[in-house]
Amino acid sequence: MRAACWYGNRDIRVETVPDPEILNPHDVIVRITLTAICGSDLHIYNGFIPGMQRGDIIGHEFMGEVVEAGSAVRRLKKGDRIVVPFTICCGECYFCQTKQWSLCDNTNPNAPLLTKLYGASGAGLFGYSHLYGGYAGGQAEYARVPFGDVGPIVIENGLSDEQVLFLSDIFPTGYMAAQNCNIQPGDVVAVWGCGPVGQFAIRSAYMLGADRVIAIDNIPERLELAKQANAETLDYKSKDILVELNHLTGGRGPDSCIDAVGMEAHGNGLEHAYDRTKQALMLETDRPGVLRKAIKACRKGGTVSIPGVYGGFIDKVPIGAAFAKGLTLKMGQTHAPRYLRPLLELIDRGEIDPSFVISHRMTLEEAPAAYEMFNRRSDGCTKVVMRPN
Amino acid sequence: MEVIRHHLSTVNVHPVERWISVLGGGALTLSGLSRGRDGMLRMVTGAAMLQRGITGHCHAYEILGVRTAPSHVTLPYELGVRARASVTINSPREPIYKFWRDFENLPRFMRHLVSVEPSDGQRSHWVARGPGNRQVQWDAEIINEIPNELIGWQSLPGSDVDSAGSVRFREAPGQRGTEVRVELQYNPPAGVVGAYIARMFGREPEQEIAADLGRLKQFLESGEVATTEGQPHGPRGRVAVAVEEAIA
Repeated sequence: MRAACWYGNRDIRVETVPDPEILNPHDVIVRITLTAICGSDLHIYNGFIPGMQRGDIIGHEFMGEVVEAGSAVRRLKKGDRIVVPFTICCGECYFCQTKQWSLCDNTNPNAPLLTKLYGASGAGLFGYSHLYGGYAGGQAEYARVPFGDVGPIVIENGLSDEQVLFLSDIFPTGYMAAQNCNIQPGDVVAVWGCGPVGQFAIRSAYMLGADRVIAIDNIPERLELAKQANAETLDYKSKDILVELNHLTGGRGPDSCIDAVGMEAHGNGLEHAYDRTKQALMLETDRPGVLRKAIKACRKGGTVSIPGVYGGFIDKVPIGAAFAKGLTLKMGQTHAPRYLRPLLELIDRGEIDPSFVISHRMTLEEAPAAYEMFNRRSDGCTKVVMRPN
Repeated sequence: MEVIRHHLSTVNVHPVERWISVLGGGALTLSGLSRGRDGMLRMVTGAAMLQRGITGHCHAYEILGVRTAPSHVTLPYELGVRARASVTINSPREPIYKFWRDFENLPRFMRHLVSVEPSDGQRSHWVARGPGNRQVQWDAEIINEIPNELIGWQSLPGSDVDSAGSVRFREAPGQRGTEVRVELQYNPPAGVVGAYIARMFGREPEQEIAADLGRLKQFLESGEVATTEGQPHGPRGRVAVAVEEAIA
């Protein structure tokens, strides 16, 4: 089969590789009909995710048709059309049974490596480094999906691939980010980053009852997309965000702040130069420019919700401000399976059509160009979906 | 991990022996008081016996590796390397204990084991794979067993590996399953074989055991051991392959 493989910094190649096989009794094999590049794939593309090996198949947002099922698979059968959540979950451990799916105990074969780094390991992830299990990803023609009966959702209605694909990651991720804000009537939610996750966070915040959403970015197309969802927008390059947020909220500050940017934050001025330098010198792994501002801006007693990915160590984070204002910090990989059914119902009822976020439709063979474009945000690129031939 | 170079508990003399030492040593010391030069020897010997009785520690026993004090620990050996690890499994104690007690199951999650064959209810034959695919074999015997709570075993004399181990099963609070705690102690012989066996257990035996327990948990909770071995990837390139082979 053909698959997009990682070969180093900004080096993605489409290679011919062996087809995946059933390795464990709960596995299914999926023939992929649509796959996408996630913003978090760009962290891999830019070399910020440790534990990658040359030739690794990447991609964790995919859907398709079940073509083979392992001996212990009961629920799924050949021909089922499924969306695969990016977290691999066993369904039987304490965390799966308490619906904290992304913290699954049993699906990362390299858990000892991650345990050394973090103290414990969460779920294995598709195409997201050997620290997260080294599972081959879904930017390919076929993928092996462990525990097929647990995570994937069967799509039985007439919705198109483009409408349901993002149940795999970014829609649940944006939704959980908003849910983590514990939104109350009258709340103002500030969202940093108007990429795909930010877009879903904005829409989810409104669905969960936010009074106003303020979206922050500096890419015109993305701010425009936020505006279409009724968000007020701020361009961080032309305004002092902290002053503006304070002003827009009557001096209270936003009730919740969502950091939908993560480790590769862009900013301006001295602070951004400081983080870029420290990162280049490997004195910090992640650039926390957005997180600092979110903590600074948030109202007393508010929540800072972090769907943006962080991987290592950050510097000069104003923990004193977070403490003094009694903030709640919520973060983590998305418990994707928790949201599949309720969000599919929202799509089915027509309350949201997730395909709004797609800017480019390409083929798997074009993956290298797609990565380059998405990384540069050129040609108005917000989201690329790819069809494997 | 802990490398033990001295006794865990310094007490290695049985209580009855200790009283004999105290009484005998006391009498000898007293008898020495009235005997001039000859009495000095009695006093020194008596004092040493008194010390042995009071502290319960005998230097001669330590040197000889003898121990007469009753042991409450499962692991009878006091020298060598000691490693421990634990895991919580989302299951009641009984099935976990049963699975473990059937020693033939152990190679399913212990990476170094090739096979364990029970020869009778208490004894079993263990085969492990070391570096370079060389095999190491030994016989072990269960020395302590409380159903659903504890299994303790040790290698029989003449084994390549002088080892002992125990596994304890304890109910975790709040219905969080069962805590499985493993302690291993081994004393590799000196020389080439010893170095080889030490390598087999790895430089970080606690992490090896923790990884084994992780696989046990995966198997018992989810019904399979997570793996990505055998899945596709693009060409790795010569350097990457060399690195992988070196790691393997």
